[in-house]
Amino acid sequence: MTSLPISQDAANLPATSRDLFALTKPRVMSLVVFTGLCGLLAAPVHVHPVLAFAAVLCIALGAGAAGALNMWYEADLDAKMKRTASRPLPGGRMDRQTALHFGVGLSFFSVILMDLAANHLAAIILAVSILFYVLVYTVWLKRRTAQNIVIGGAAGAFPPLIGWAAATGDVSTLPVLLFAIIFLWTPPHFWALSLFVRSDYAAAGVPMLPVVAGVQSTRRHILVYTLPMIAAAVAPWALGLTGWIYGAVAVGLSAAFLILALYVSANRATEPKEMGPEKRLFAFSILYLFCLFAALVVDKWMLA
Amino acid sequence: MTPDLEPEVRKRQRERARITAILLGLFVVLIFAISIAKMTVNR
Repeated sequence: MTSLPISQDAANLPATSRDLFALTKPRVMSLVVFTGLCGLLAAPVHVHPVLAFAAVLCIALGAGAAGALNMWYEADLDAKMKRTASRPLPGGRMDRQTALHFGVGLSFFSVILMDLAANHLAAIILAVSILFYVLVYTVWLKRRTAQNIVIGGAAGAFPPLIGWAAATGDVSTLPVLLFAIIFLWTPPHFWALSLFVRSDYAAAGVPMLPVVAGVQSTRRHILVYTLPMIAAAVAPWALGLTGWIYGAVAVGLSAAFLILALYVSANRATEPKEMGPEKRLFAFSILYLFCLFAALVVDKWMLA
Repeated sequence: MTPDLEPEVRKRQRERARITAILLGLFVVLIFAISIAKMTVNR
Protein backbone atom coordinates (compact mmCIF):
# COMPACT_ATOMS: atom_id res chain seq x y z
CA MET A 1 0.00 0.00 0.00
CA THR A 2 1.27 3.51 -0.83
CA SER A 3 2.68 5.08 2.29
CA LEU A 4 3.14 8.81 2.52
CA PRO A 5 4.03 10.92 5.52
CA ILE A 6 1.07 12.67 7.13
CA SER A 7 1.00 16.18 5.73
CA GLN A 8 -1.40 18.62 4.18
CA ASP A 9 0.20 17.93 0.77
CA ALA A 10 -0.33 14.20 1.14
CA ALA A 11 -3.97 14.68 2.14
CA ASN A 12 -4.46 16.91 -0.91
CA LEU A 13 -3.21 14.23 -3.33
CA PRO A 14 -5.92 12.23 -5.11
CA ALA A 15 -6.52 8.98 -3.23
CA THR A 16 -5.15 5.85 -4.88
CA SER A 17 -7.52 3.06 -5.91
CA ARG A 18 -5.84 0.79 -3.34
CA ASP A 19 -6.73 3.19 -0.55
CA LEU A 20 -10.29 3.49 -1.83
CA PHE A 21 -10.49 -0.31 -1.85
CA ALA A 22 -9.08 -0.42 1.71
CA LEU A 23 -11.98 1.85 2.79
CA THR A 24 -14.40 -0.98 2.02
CA LYS A 25 -12.88 -3.24 4.74
CA PRO A 26 -12.29 -6.17 2.34
CA ARG A 27 -11.60 -8.73 5.10
CA VAL A 28 -14.91 -8.01 6.83
CA MET A 29 -16.61 -8.03 3.45
CA SER A 30 -15.55 -11.65 2.77
CA LEU A 31 -17.74 -12.98 5.63
CA VAL A 32 -20.60 -10.68 4.63
CA VAL A 33 -20.47 -11.86 1.01
CA PHE A 34 -20.24 -15.50 2.03
CA THR A 35 -23.25 -15.38 4.38
CA GLY A 36 -25.23 -13.38 1.80
CA LEU A 37 -24.40 -15.94 -0.88
CA CYS A 38 -25.42 -18.79 1.44
CA GLY A 39 -28.74 -17.07 2.18
CA LEU A 40 -29.34 -16.82 -1.55
CA LEU A 41 -28.30 -20.41 -2.28
CA ALA A 42 -30.35 -21.81 0.63
CA ALA A 43 -33.55 -20.28 -0.74
CA PRO A 44 -36.00 -22.83 -2.20
CA VAL A 45 -36.05 -21.29 -5.67
CA HIS A 46 -33.78 -21.29 -8.72
CA VAL A 47 -32.09 -17.95 -9.30
CA HIS A 48 -30.58 -17.02 -12.67
CA PRO A 49 -26.77 -17.03 -12.21
CA VAL A 50 -26.40 -13.48 -13.55
CA LEU A 51 -29.04 -12.15 -11.14
CA ALA A 52 -27.48 -14.13 -8.27
CA PHE A 53 -24.07 -12.64 -9.11
CA ALA A 54 -25.55 -9.13 -9.28
CA ALA A 55 -27.33 -9.58 -5.92
CA VAL A 56 -24.14 -10.80 -4.19
CA LEU A 57 -22.19 -7.96 -5.83
CA CYS A 58 -24.72 -5.48 -4.41
CA ILE A 59 -24.37 -7.01 -0.93
CA ALA A 60 -20.58 -6.64 -1.23
CA LEU A 61 -20.82 -3.05 -2.48
CA GLY A 62 -23.33 -2.16 0.26
CA ALA A 63 -21.02 -3.64 2.91
CA GLY A 64 -18.08 -1.75 1.39
CA ALA A 65 -20.06 1.49 1.40
CA ALA A 66 -20.99 1.03 5.06
CA GLY A 67 -17.32 0.29 5.86
CA ALA A 68 -16.19 3.46 4.05
CA LEU A 69 -18.73 5.62 5.92
CA ASN A 70 -17.66 3.98 9.19
CA MET A 71 -14.02 4.89 8.47
CA TRP A 72 -15.06 8.42 7.48
CA TYR A 73 -16.86 8.94 10.80
CA GLU A 74 -14.30 7.14 12.98
CA ALA A 75 -11.08 8.58 11.56
CA ASP A 76 -10.27 10.17 14.94
CA LEU A 77 -10.79 6.86 16.81
CA ASP A 78 -8.83 4.86 14.23
CA ALA A 79 -5.85 7.19 14.65
CA LYS A 80 -5.67 6.28 18.36
CA MET A 81 -5.67 2.49 17.91
CA LYS A 82 -2.66 0.45 16.75
CA ARG A 83 -4.91 -1.96 14.86
CA THR A 84 -6.44 0.80 12.72
CA ALA A 85 -3.87 3.63 12.70
CA SER A 86 -2.58 2.72 9.24
CA ARG A 87 -5.99 2.97 7.54
CA PRO A 88 -6.16 5.51 4.68
CA LEU A 89 -7.69 8.38 6.69
CA PRO A 90 -5.64 8.23 9.91
CA GLY A 91 -2.61 7.38 7.75
CA GLY A 92 -3.02 10.76 6.02
CA ARG A 93 -3.29 9.25 2.54
CA MET A 94 -6.79 10.52 1.82
CA ASP A 95 -8.98 13.49 2.74
CA ARG A 96 -12.25 12.87 4.61
CA GLN A 97 -14.44 14.33 1.89
CA THR A 98 -13.25 11.71 -0.61
CA ALA A 99 -14.16 8.93 1.84
CA LEU A 100 -17.60 10.47 2.44
CA HIS A 101 -18.34 10.88 -1.28
CA PHE A 102 -17.10 7.35 -1.99
CA GLY A 103 -19.23 5.83 0.79
CA VAL A 104 -22.43 7.73 -0.05
CA GLY A 105 -22.02 7.12 -3.80
CA LEU A 106 -21.39 3.41 -3.31
CA SER A 107 -24.41 3.15 -0.97
CA PHE A 108 -26.81 4.63 -3.52
CA PHE A 109 -25.26 2.61 -6.34
CA SER A 110 -25.56 -0.72 -4.48
CA VAL A 111 -29.20 -0.15 -3.45
CA ILE A 112 -30.32 1.02 -6.91
CA LEU A 113 -28.53 -1.87 -8.62
CA MET A 114 -30.11 -4.34 -6.15
CA ASP A 115 -33.53 -2.94 -6.98
CA LEU A 116 -32.85 -3.36 -10.71
CA ALA A 117 -31.30 -6.83 -10.46
CA ALA A 118 -33.46 -8.39 -7.72
CA ASN A 119 -36.51 -6.74 -6.15
CA HIS A 120 -37.71 -3.89 -3.93
CA LEU A 121 -37.60 -5.91 -0.70
CA ALA A 122 -33.93 -6.90 -1.11
CA ALA A 123 -33.05 -3.27 -1.96
CA ILE A 124 -34.94 -1.97 1.09
CA ILE A 125 -33.25 -4.46 3.48
CA LEU A 126 -29.86 -3.56 1.96
CA ALA A 127 -30.55 0.16 2.52
CA VAL A 128 -31.69 -0.54 6.10
CA SER A 129 -28.52 -2.57 6.80
CA ILE A 130 -26.26 0.26 5.55
CA LEU A 131 -28.17 2.90 7.55
CA PHE A 132 -28.21 0.65 10.64
CA TYR A 133 -24.43 0.13 10.53
CA VAL A 134 -23.64 3.78 9.91
CA LEU A 135 -26.26 5.61 11.99
CA VAL A 136 -27.24 3.17 14.76
CA TYR A 137 -23.91 1.40 15.36
CA THR A 138 -21.21 3.87 14.26
CA VAL A 139 -22.77 7.24 15.08
CA TRP A 140 -25.12 6.39 17.96
CA LEU A 141 -23.99 3.33 19.93
CA LYS A 142 -20.26 2.75 19.51
CA ARG A 143 -18.99 5.69 21.57
CA ARG A 144 -21.86 5.69 24.08
CA THR A 145 -22.54 2.21 25.48
CA ALA A 146 -20.82 -1.08 26.23
CA GLN A 147 -23.82 -2.75 24.57
CA ASN A 148 -22.67 -1.26 21.22
CA ILE A 149 -21.77 -4.62 19.75
CA VAL A 150 -24.91 -6.37 21.06
CA ILE A 151 -27.35 -4.09 19.22
CA GLY A 152 -24.93 -3.12 16.45
CA GLY A 153 -24.40 -6.79 15.66
CA ALA A 154 -27.68 -6.68 13.76
CA ALA A 155 -25.94 -4.72 11.00
CA GLY A 156 -23.72 -7.66 10.11
CA ALA A 157 -26.64 -10.09 10.37
CA PHE A 158 -28.59 -8.71 7.40
CA PRO A 159 -26.70 -10.33 4.46
CA PRO A 160 -28.38 -13.81 4.55
CA LEU A 161 -31.74 -12.05 4.85
CA ILE A 162 -30.87 -9.90 1.81
CA GLY A 163 -29.66 -12.93 -0.16
CA TRP A 164 -32.85 -14.85 0.62
CA ALA A 165 -35.06 -11.82 -0.20
CA ALA A 166 -33.17 -11.30 -3.49
CA ALA A 167 -33.93 -14.92 -4.46
CA THR A 168 -37.52 -15.26 -3.27
CA GLY A 169 -38.89 -11.72 -2.91
CA ASP A 170 -40.03 -12.45 0.65
CA VAL A 171 -38.74 -13.33 4.12
CA SER A 172 -39.65 -16.50 6.04
CA THR A 173 -38.63 -18.31 9.23
CA LEU A 174 -35.29 -19.75 8.01
CA PRO A 175 -33.71 -16.43 6.91
CA VAL A 176 -34.88 -14.83 10.15
CA LEU A 177 -33.10 -17.64 12.05
CA LEU A 178 -29.97 -17.05 9.93
CA PHE A 179 -30.20 -13.39 10.93
CA ALA A 180 -30.53 -14.44 14.59
CA ILE A 181 -27.47 -16.72 14.37
CA ILE A 182 -25.17 -13.89 13.21
CA PHE A 183 -26.82 -11.39 15.56
CA LEU A 184 -26.16 -13.65 18.58
CA TRP A 185 -22.73 -14.76 17.31
CA THR A 186 -21.42 -11.18 17.08
CA PRO A 187 -21.09 -10.40 20.84
CA PRO A 188 -18.98 -13.47 21.81
CA HIS A 189 -16.90 -12.99 18.63
CA PHE A 190 -16.15 -9.31 19.24
CA TRP A 191 -15.78 -9.58 23.00
CA ALA A 192 -13.14 -12.31 22.54
CA LEU A 193 -11.24 -9.89 20.28
CA SER A 194 -11.79 -6.90 22.56
CA LEU A 195 -10.29 -8.81 25.51
CA PHE A 196 -6.86 -9.01 23.94
CA VAL A 197 -6.94 -5.56 22.28
CA ARG A 198 -8.51 -3.94 25.36
CA SER A 199 -5.72 -1.36 25.77
CA ASP A 200 -6.35 -0.16 22.20
CA TYR A 201 -10.04 0.46 22.91
CA ALA A 202 -9.24 2.04 26.29
CA ALA A 203 -6.72 4.42 24.66
CA ALA A 204 -9.31 5.47 22.08
CA GLY A 205 -12.02 5.90 24.74
CA VAL A 206 -14.36 3.33 23.15
CA PRO A 207 -16.58 1.86 25.89
CA MET A 208 -16.15 -1.78 24.93
CA LEU A 209 -17.25 -4.25 27.61
CA PRO A 210 -13.73 -5.18 28.87
CA VAL A 211 -12.92 -1.47 29.28
CA VAL A 212 -16.15 -0.63 31.11
CA ALA A 213 -17.03 -3.82 33.03
CA GLY A 214 -13.64 -5.54 33.30
CA VAL A 215 -12.06 -8.67 31.92
CA GLN A 216 -13.83 -11.25 34.10
CA SER A 217 -17.27 -9.79 33.51
CA THR A 218 -16.62 -9.90 29.75
CA ARG A 219 -15.63 -13.56 29.99
CA ARG A 220 -18.90 -14.34 31.80
CA HIS A 221 -20.82 -12.39 29.15
CA ILE A 222 -19.15 -14.45 26.40
CA LEU A 223 -20.30 -17.69 28.04
CA VAL A 224 -23.85 -16.42 28.67
CA TYR A 225 -24.27 -15.09 25.11
CA THR A 226 -22.93 -18.35 23.66
CA LEU A 227 -26.02 -20.23 24.91
CA PRO A 228 -28.71 -18.36 22.89
CA MET A 229 -26.34 -18.38 19.92
CA ILE A 230 -26.19 -22.18 20.08
CA ALA A 231 -29.99 -22.36 20.41
CA ALA A 232 -30.36 -20.21 17.27
CA ALA A 233 -27.75 -22.28 15.41
CA VAL A 234 -29.51 -25.57 16.13
CA ALA A 235 -33.05 -24.19 15.67
CA PRO A 236 -33.24 -24.54 11.84
CA TRP A 237 -32.63 -28.29 12.18
CA ALA A 238 -34.80 -28.69 15.31
CA LEU A 239 -37.71 -26.95 13.55
CA GLY A 240 -37.35 -29.22 10.52
CA LEU A 241 -36.25 -26.39 8.19
CA THR A 242 -32.97 -28.17 7.32
CA GLY A 243 -31.77 -31.77 7.12
CA TRP A 244 -29.45 -33.91 9.23
CA ILE A 245 -26.25 -32.62 7.57
CA TYR A 246 -26.81 -29.10 8.86
CA GLY A 247 -28.02 -30.49 12.20
CA ALA A 248 -24.90 -32.61 12.74
CA VAL A 249 -22.55 -29.76 11.79
CA ALA A 250 -24.46 -27.24 13.95
CA VAL A 251 -24.43 -29.52 17.02
CA GLY A 252 -20.75 -30.46 16.59
CA LEU A 253 -19.48 -26.93 15.96
CA SER A 254 -21.66 -25.45 18.71
CA ALA A 255 -20.31 -27.99 21.21
CA ALA A 256 -16.77 -26.96 20.26
CA PHE A 257 -17.73 -23.27 20.57
CA LEU A 258 -19.17 -23.90 24.04
CA ILE A 259 -16.02 -25.74 25.18
CA LEU A 260 -13.82 -22.86 23.98
CA ALA A 261 -16.14 -20.36 25.71
CA LEU A 262 -15.81 -22.39 28.93
CA TYR A 263 -12.00 -22.24 28.63
CA VAL A 264 -12.29 -18.45 28.21
CA SER A 265 -14.53 -18.13 31.27
CA ALA A 266 -12.03 -20.19 33.30
CA ASN A 267 -9.07 -18.05 32.25
CA ARG A 268 -7.88 -15.45 34.78
CA ALA A 269 -5.16 -13.77 32.69
CA THR A 270 -5.14 -10.02 32.30
CA GLU A 271 -2.22 -9.68 29.87
CA PRO A 272 -2.93 -10.16 26.13
CA LYS A 273 0.01 -12.55 25.71
CA GLU A 274 -1.59 -14.93 28.21
CA MET A 275 -4.98 -14.85 26.51
CA GLY A 276 -4.59 -18.01 24.43
CA PRO A 277 -8.20 -19.20 25.04
CA GLU A 278 -9.59 -15.83 23.91
CA LYS A 279 -7.47 -15.86 20.73
CA ARG A 280 -8.53 -19.44 20.00
CA LEU A 281 -12.20 -18.60 20.50
CA PHE A 282 -11.92 -15.54 18.24
CA ALA A 283 -10.25 -17.55 15.45
CA PHE A 284 -12.68 -20.46 15.86
CA SER A 285 -15.73 -18.15 15.82
CA ILE A 286 -14.90 -17.07 12.24
CA LEU A 287 -14.49 -20.70 11.17
CA TYR A 288 -17.73 -21.54 13.02
CA LEU A 289 -19.81 -19.10 10.99
CA PHE A 290 -18.20 -20.12 7.69
CA CYS A 291 -18.78 -23.85 8.33
CA LEU A 292 -22.32 -23.38 9.65
CA PHE A 293 -23.45 -21.47 6.56
CA ALA A 294 -21.55 -23.79 4.21
CA ALA A 295 -23.33 -26.75 5.88
CA LEU A 296 -26.66 -25.05 5.27
CA VAL A 297 -26.01 -24.88 1.52
CA VAL A 298 -24.54 -28.40 1.34
CA ASP A 299 -27.54 -29.72 3.28
CA LYS A 300 -29.99 -28.03 0.93
CA TRP A 301 -28.20 -29.27 -2.22
CA MET A 302 -27.57 -32.83 -1.01
CA LEU A 303 -30.93 -33.47 0.62
CA ALA A 304 -33.24 -31.34 -1.53
CA MET B 1 -0.18 21.92 -4.60
CA THR B 2 3.60 22.31 -4.75
CA PRO B 3 5.36 21.82 -8.13
CA ASP B 4 7.24 18.73 -6.88
CA LEU B 5 3.92 17.01 -6.15
CA GLU B 6 2.47 17.58 -9.61
CA PRO B 7 3.92 14.43 -11.28
CA GLU B 8 2.49 12.32 -8.43
CA VAL B 9 -0.92 14.00 -8.76
CA ARG B 10 -1.00 13.41 -12.55
CA LYS B 11 0.08 9.79 -12.07
CA ARG B 12 -2.73 9.16 -9.58
CA GLN B 13 -5.29 10.95 -11.75
CA ARG B 14 -4.31 8.76 -14.74
CA GLU B 15 -4.54 5.62 -12.62
CA ARG B 16 -7.98 6.54 -11.29
CA ALA B 17 -9.22 7.52 -14.76
CA ARG B 18 -8.11 4.14 -16.12
CA ILE B 19 -9.80 2.21 -13.32
CA THR B 20 -12.98 4.31 -13.63
CA ALA B 21 -13.09 3.54 -17.38
CA ILE B 22 -12.70 -0.20 -16.72
CA LEU B 23 -15.43 -0.15 -14.02
CA LEU B 24 -17.80 1.78 -16.31
CA GLY B 25 -17.22 -0.80 -19.05
CA LEU B 26 -17.94 -3.64 -16.62
CA PHE B 27 -21.07 -1.81 -15.41
CA VAL B 28 -22.40 -1.60 -18.97
CA VAL B 29 -21.75 -5.33 -19.46
CA LEU B 30 -23.47 -6.11 -16.13
CA ILE B 31 -26.56 -4.03 -16.94
CA PHE B 32 -26.76 -5.72 -20.35
CA ALA B 33 -26.45 -9.18 -18.74
CA ILE B 34 -29.08 -8.34 -16.09
CA SER B 35 -31.48 -7.15 -18.81
CA ILE B 36 -31.03 -10.37 -20.81
CA ALA B 37 -31.40 -12.50 -17.66
CA LYS B 38 -34.58 -10.68 -16.60
CA MET B 39 -36.08 -11.17 -20.07
CA THR B 40 -35.18 -14.89 -19.92
CA VAL B 41 -36.70 -15.33 -16.45
CA ASN B 42 -39.90 -13.42 -17.31
CA ARG B 43 -40.46 -15.24 -20.61
